[in-house]
Order: sequence, then C-alpha cells, then structure tokens
Amino acid sequence: MLEIKDLKAEIEGKKILNGINLVVKPGEVHAIMGPNGAGKSTLSAVLAGRADYAVKGGEVSFNGNDLLEMSPEDRAREGVFLAFQYPVEIPGVSTTNFLKTAINEKRKYLGLEPMEATAFLKFMREKMELMEMDKALTSRSLNEGFSGGEKKRNEVFQMAMLEPKLTIMDETDSGLDIDALRLVSAGVNKLKDGERSFVVITHYQRLLDYIVPDFVHVLYKGRIVKSGDASLAKELEAKGYDWIKAEVEQEANT
Amino acid sequence: MAEEVDIIDQVVGQEYKYGFTTNIEMETAPKGLTEDTIRFISSKKTEPEWMLEYRLKAFKYWQGLTAPSWQNFSYPAVDYQNIIYYAAPKEKITLDSLDQVDPELLKTFEKLGISLSEQKRLTGVAVDAVFDSVSIATTFKDQLKEKGIIFCSMSEAVHEHPDLVKKYLSSVVPYTDNFFAALNAAVFSDGSFVYIPKGVRCPMELSTYFRINAENTGQFERTLIIADEGSYVSYLEGCTAPMRDENQLHAAVVELIALENAEIKYSTVQNWYPGDKNGKGGIYNFVTKRGICLGDYAKISWTQVETGSAITWKYPSCILKGDHSVGEFFSVAVTNNMQQADTGTKMIHIGKNTKSRIVSKGISAGKSHNTYRGLVKVNKKADKARNHTQCDSMLIGDRSGAHTFPYIEINNKTGMVEHEASTSKIGEDQIFYCNQRGIGTEEAIGLIVNGFCREVLNQLPMEFAVEAQKLLAVSLEGSVG
Repeated sequence: MLEIKDLKAEIEGKKILNGINLVVKPGEVHAIMGPNGAGKSTLSAVLAGRADYAVKGGEVSFNGNDLLEMSPEDRAREGVFLAFQYPVEIPGVSTTNFLKTAINEKRKYLGLEPMEATAFLKFMREKMELMEMDKALTSRSLNEGFSGGEKKRNEVFQMAMLEPKLTIMDETDSGLDIDALRLVSAGVNKLKDGERSFVVITHYQRLLDYIVPDFVHVLYKGRIVKSGDASLAKELEAKGYDWIKAEVEQEANT
Repeated sequence: MAEEVDIIDQVVGQEYKYGFTTNIEMETAPKGLTEDTIRFISSKKTEPEWMLEYRLKAFKYWQGLTAPSWQNFSYPAVDYQNIIYYAAPKEKITLDSLDQVDPELLKTFEKLGISLSEQKRLTGVAVDAVFDSVSIATTFKDQLKEKGIIFCSMSEAVHEHPDLVKKYLSSVVPYTDNFFAALNAAVFSDGSFVYIPKGVRCPMELSTYFRINAENTGQFERTLIIADEGSYVSYLEGCTAPMRDENQLHAAVVELIALENAEIKYSTVQNWYPGDKNGKGGIYNFVTKRGICLGDYAKISWTQVETGSAITWKYPSCILKGDHSVGEFFSVAVTNNMQQADTGTKMIHIGKNTKSRIVSKGISAGKSHNTYRGLVKVNKKADKARNHTQCDSMLIGDRSGAHTFPYIEINNKTGMVEHEASTSKIGEDQIFYCNQRGIGTEEAIGLIVNGFCREVLNQLPMEFAVEAQKLLAVSLEGSVG
C-alpha cells in the first residue's frame, strides 16, 4: 500500500527527515513513536502534501502511484487521510456541508455522479451511529468552539465518512483525557477491516493500549532507528527514549 | 506564502458569464446632457407636465453641483457630456403582451437565466425586466392585481398612478440630496414601481432584472416601493452588463416607504461587469438607496450581495421615524483584481425605541480595496434607540486592502450603540485542511468565503441564495493558492 524509500525533507533550509524507510501493507497498523523534534509531524505533513515542506530526496509510492507528484487533494481522493493534530476551524461551514463537498469532490475525481442529498444524509446517519457522534456537532460550524476531544472525534468521524485506504493519525491522543481517548480509539478500531492501513503517530504509549499496533517504529533525528512489535512501545514507556538516543549516538561514534 | 503569490499572479480576468451583447436596433438620445436631453426623455415617455418640471428643476440644481470627492477610492473624472442618457430598443413594445416583445430581447433574458415567459417562471417570483432605459416586461401583473398590488414600470406608474407617484417620489431621496441623486432625478429612465395595499402580504417575491446593453450609455433607474399599513413585500434586484472597455455609469435611486406595521425586505444581487484584471472597463455603480419607516412598528431590511462593478459606491440606509421601527442592513461586498468598493449604510434613529442592526462582510482579493463606511445617528428625541453593528473583513492574498470607517453620533443619553469589527485572512491552514479532505483550492475558498458570509446569505430569499453562493465562488476564482 505505502512504500517510503529514503525520504528526505526540510523546512526553511532545516533538515528534518534524513532518509525514512517504511513499508505499510494493507490492513497493518504501524505506530511511529519518538521524542519531541524527531520529525514525526513532518512525516505526516510531507505524506499529506503540505507545501511548506520541501522534499529533498527519496520516493513514496502509494498503491503504485508516485505520491509526491500528486496534489494534496488528489492524495486525499486516492485514499490518504490525515487526522490532524490541530484541526482548523472553518466558521459558517457545517460539518455536514463540508463532508458533502469533500465526498462529492472525491466522487467527481473518480468519475462518479455526486451523491444525492437523501442518500448522503442516510450515509451520514449510519456513520454517526457507528461513531457514536452527537448530532449537534454535525450542524455546528466545522470545529468552531469544539473542545479538544470533540475536534479529535470529529476527525475520526470524517475518516469514517471518507473511507480512506490509509489513515495517518498525527498525535491524535494529544490533549485528550482518558474518556475521550477511549472513544476516539474505539472509533478507529471499528474502522479496521483488514484492508485499511493506519500509521499512528504518537509520543506516548497509552494510545497503543487501545489501538494495538502490528509494528512500532522509533523515529529519532529524522530516521527510523528501531523497529519492533507492540512490546517495543511498552519498553519505551518503561525506559523512556534516552537509551535509544544513547544507542544511536554510540553507533554514530563507532 | 510563495505559492499563494504565484497563483494570484496567474489571476486571469476569468470569463464574466454575462459579458455578451445583444444586437438590436436602438433608439437613443444624442450624446450629452442639456435641457433638450431631458425634454427628449420626457417626451419619449409622453410624461405629464409635472414630471417634466420636476426633472428640469433637478437638472438646474445638478448644474450647480460638483461631484463629491470624500470617497475612499479614486477614479478618473466622468465626462457627463460623453454619455448617452436614453437608449431603448426601437420596436414599440406593448407592455401587456409578451408576444409582442422582440424575440431577440426574450432571448437575451433567457440567456441571463431570467425567463419572462410565465410558463417557465421561477415559482413564486414576479419579474420586471429592464433593458437599458426601458422596462421590457413585467410578469404576473394580473395575479398581483387581484390583491390590489401594483407592480409595474416607473414610466407606467407615472401615467397610471400619478397620485401615489406625486406623493412619494423624491420624498425619501430628494433631488437635493446629492450629486448623483440630482442627476438621476433629471434623467431617470425606468425602474420598478411597487405598491402593496393595507394589510396585504405580497404572495410572491417581486424582482427586477436590470441589464445594461448599449454602448456609451448610462443607466439611471428609479425604483419606488410603498408598503401601506400592515403589509409585507420582499423585493429582489439583479443586474448584469456586457464586457466593454470603457466605464459605464449606473446612478440609480431607490426609495422605500414603510407605513405603520409594514415590512419591506429589499435584496440586491449586484453583478455588473467588474472590468478586466487590469481594471479596464466595468461599471461605476453609484447608487442612492434609502428607506423610511414612516409609521410605528415598521421594518425595512436591506440585504446586498455586491460582487460586480469596477466601483461600488452606495449606502442603503434607513430613516427610523416611527416609534418601535426597525432597520436592518446585511451586506456582502466582494472585490477582486482592481475592483473598489466603498459601501455601508446609515441608520438614522428618530423615533423612540427604534432598533437597527448592521452586519457587513467585506472580502478583498487581488489588488482590490474594500471599504465599509457606516453612520449610526441617534437623534435627541429617539429615546432608547439601539444599534448593533458587526463589521467583518476578510483578506485573500497580501495585496488587497480592507478599510472601516464607522461614524457614530449619539444625541440621546438612553441610546445604546455597539460596534464590533474583525479582520481575518484566509489561512493556508484552512485551505490545506480542505485540500486534505479532497477539496481543491478554488472550491475551498468558495466554501470558506460562503461560510464567512453565511449570516448575510441566510437573509436572501431561498430562490436566490443558491445563485448568490455560486456567484461568490466565481467572483473569487483564481484569487488565491
């Protein structure tokens, strides 16, 4: 599904990603962990196509397409979804209207007719029930005045509506209390179907108690320096990141 | 924001959809403005003597005036002797029957999406179509007549309803009001006349569609709406013009009179040709619009969506004379490329317990400048007058400007006036967020701008709200990256 080869990127001349390699197969859940400033959010931004970041080398293929050549909107239409760490507010635009526009833009790209209003509303109702969404949220302006937890739940709800092939979750757990964390994770788990893949970026292990990863990777100084299974996350939780930093420095010195 | 600037540079004067011209034989007045021009217009309309006298008085007054210069934009001086003041399709039109209207004209309005044939009409909307200086057709007149409602062209009203015209014409905007009002009073050609009798709720939207076609002509329409006690009417005007390289002047006057307990809702979707991306051509939209709440508990509500014109310069206003009367002004003004707008409202509180509300949304893109100018005045005797003003500006790109000039004059201690203002910029973050959900940049801007204007667009009659939304998106096409 997703194949990242030696990806290098910088922002304003500052090197952030220094050669990332990662292969995500259909149905897999990959967690990417690492200390602050390791390049976790940059990786998600580059994959989604944010213009501020300059790609300086490497390749990313998504279902056989050259992802880096595609516009952000085409990446989304091909099935890449980014759950934002800080979802933006769009005053005056309801979540319903926003999603209807998004779905119909995607359908247009795929050569399909726009979804009928009634069919759309029915589809949305189903997804709202599935995600246990509060009806009031969908008629309010997108993210405006939402609490941190509501914003993150709205991200997961949007994911359910847009049915992506690959979801990148950028520190979705940050700023969530334990109840909100449970709700968000439960939402994600409901969307796992053996085909959809997830790249879960997080600073803390606690999210991975709820969304259990198949693989855990540690990002440090713009590289994946260690990979393992779910137990690696537990080890990080217990021991912190310092031992990994030390390992990397030692390797660099020898 | 490097990419954003690039894309602004690519702004092409995107096709103005209504820029075509109609080839039809016209009868015009000779270029220029003299007493003879006014006599010519008056005789073309076979007007009674009192109307001609009024025009001539206004003309004399106008000759003593110079054009105002306090506005927050500049434009080359208009040569008033280089304008044609009257242009009408040659064929004599009998207003009663559509069959007698030149098919070329019917086609023109079809092309503009305005069907004058009642079989194909928009449900619940009666239309008066004005082409250059004359009204072409007014639909649904008979159905409206059954309720005692008068909806006709101004020329017709002068003949058929002289008492009402004499009583109210010029009563809200006298010809001495300002330079353009004086000019309009002297040379006004056509426009709509509406009278809603006591206690009648007008069963359909009334609408006038203005089309400038002829070259070198100005359009000077005059609209008068009278809502008698306890009546209600919702009226909408729309306007387009061909793409021409020279600027054309549009100086209209609109007067609204709401008697006791009456309500007038007046909506404008203005899409005159805005000129090309370098600012060549386009309409000068210099209009005086004012309403008076004459009776107690009367209400006047202005809603305007201004996307066209090279320059928009107007302040639809309310004089709140009756006690407990209410004035509202909801405005969206969009400027792109080299367009300029200096627009807002005046709320004059005279009666007790009068209330006014102003919601203004200005959007500036390209190298355009967008000014809100508003006056809230509370007179000595206007006890407990209240006003709330909300004035929001949105900037797209970094070469446009937004300006706000609020004037507040309070002469009564019990008055309560609130003013809120904000300026924002469409953020890269908002656009990227939309992109990430599969929404392209142009659609994203349309969505964000429409959200920004939601409060105002909600005021428009259903039939036109959708049109207005599309118009906003089209006006800003190619304005950001």
